[in-house]
Amino acid sequence: MTHGLSRAARQVPLVLIALVILVPLYFMVVNSFKTNDAFVASPLGLPTHFSFRAYREALAGRNVGVLFLNSAVIAVVSVTVATAFGALAAFALAKLRFRGRDLAFRLMLPLMVIPPIALLVPQFKLMSAAGLVNHRASVILIYVGLMLPFTVYLLRNFFISFPDELLAAASLDGCSTFGAFRRVVLPVSMPALLTAAIVNFVFAWNELLIALVFLQSEGSRTLVVGLTVFRSRFSLDVPVLMAGLTVATLPVLLIYLFGQRFLVRGLLAGSTK
Amino acid sequence: MVRTGRASARNGRRAGRGPRTLAPYLYIAPAAVVLLVVFGYPLVRLLTDSIASPGILGQVDYGFQNFTAVLGDPELHRAFLNNLRLFIAVPVMTAIAVLLAALLHEQVGGWRFYRSIVFVPYVLAIPVVGIIFSYILQRHGLLNEFLANVGLGGLAQDWLGDRHLAIWSVWAVIVWQQVGFGVVLFLARLSSLDPALLEAAMLDRAGWWARFRHVVIPHLAPVIEFFVTLSLINMLSWVFNYVYVITNGGPVHSTYVTELVIYQHAFQDGLPNLAAAVSVLLLIFATILLSVQSIVRRRVEAMES
Repeated sequence: MTHGLSRAARQVPLVLIALVILVPLYFMVVNSFKTNDAFVASPLGLPTHFSFRAYREALAGRNVGVLFLNSAVIAVVSVTVATAFGALAAFALAKLRFRGRDLAFRLMLPLMVIPPIALLVPQFKLMSAAGLVNHRASVILIYVGLMLPFTVYLLRNFFISFPDELLAAASLDGCSTFGAFRRVVLPVSMPALLTAAIVNFVFAWNELLIALVFLQSEGSRTLVVGLTVFRSRFSLDVPVLMAGLTVATLPVLLIYLFGQRFLVRGLLAGSTK
Repeated sequence: MVRTGRASARNGRRAGRGPRTLAPYLYIAPAAVVLLVVFGYPLVRLLTDSIASPGILGQVDYGFQNFTAVLGDPELHRAFLNNLRLFIAVPVMTAIAVLLAALLHEQVGGWRFYRSIVFVPYVLAIPVVGIIFSYILQRHGLLNEFLANVGLGGLAQDWLGDRHLAIWSVWAVIVWQQVGFGVVLFLARLSSLDPALLEAAMLDRAGWWARFRHVVIPHLAPVIEFFVTLSLINMLSWVFNYVYVITNGGPVHSTYVTELVIYQHAFQDGLPNLAAAVSVLLLIFATILLSVQSIVRRRVEAMES
């Protein structure tokens, strides 16, 4: 049979794609462990001895610690708030009846396609009137707004399949509507809540444009903005820049590896409804 | 009392009024307030800004002069043309992703590994990706060095410094990062494909290509539609970060995209009203794109039923 041959033939495109994906990542990681001379001599070779100098320098200078903390605070707070607000709204849109419900849900999709840059100037005027420019709160508020349409959309599509009979049973047991939401609906919706949280965390951690415009003071910048703004200072010492990029990548990579299985299932449920 | 959708449907319309209906609004209130601040007010302000022109003496003229100004601006034409070039990435990305997903679905050796790898670029920050690729694509970068080493030095180019090439280099980086999302999406959808269908096709001696065309593609159709729509919107509204980090619009403005024109007007030239006009045009185009998609979908659904 031609089975063995075709099996080999199938590996060829996959190996090629894997190489195309991995070489740039290899470039980043391997050079972060080199001295600058070793990088210049051979940008692709393995380091002759592993040096942590680049990490020490990246973490010591430029307050990478502060940048990291800013990114973490912004991502964690905005994801928590967006998931909480989004779950409340999605529950009402899925299980409660009120005037304007369908219209409210139908607004979520168009909100997702509004280019964030289009609203930046009015948002900036609003935030400077409120005295929030250069404060993490401004970015957190806008991130929550940008996360909500997707979060509500995904969670509503998940909640809607929750059996009404269970809600009715909870009410017979003396549960209030909110009690049923908190103690019955939320616990079984963990996969969907995690999917929303993971997608939103990756978005918040990686976002550049809004953080760039609203956080202009050095003390309030995020890690991604810091790397973008300061990259020219590192142009003579690429290993330090690569160490910074690796540090910035680790949290999202870990979250992805941890949440991979939820992510795939959750996104699919949200996309085909 | 828990009021489910079904219960209140039984109670009829009267139950929909009165004091008890206040509760659902409390659930959506927090989200609604945030959406009003982040989208509502800025959208209204954007529309009024786009038709206002502050004069030198402090008076404000209203009219469509901002629109005529930006519509006649060759910079915007060039930028928009670049967005259209990026649209070409969508069918390419989709084709690669569908093929890869079909291969991985057959559970070739190491498919779990490949599946994990292929999604990794998608979770990286665009600035991280952009900075790595600027080292790979620069004149004395990794790619040209590789080409020279395998005897293809003649193909070496100034990937980011050439006015005609730079936008295509950005294009390639976008494909590199986003193709994995398609693969994972399609693969997840294929897991619900009835294996008996593929086996039946094999018994009929249908070749790989025939099975791909007549079994795999039809099963994937709805998710392909979702991915294509999402990617088109991305190429229109979410490519600022790539261009800003990789080329910053250069060389000589050859990689400007619509978002970068807005950014330039708003934050560099101090022309927020022109920025607002371009933003409104971008919104209109995104809306057209969405409605075309929903019309196509309805046509297809009508044809199927």
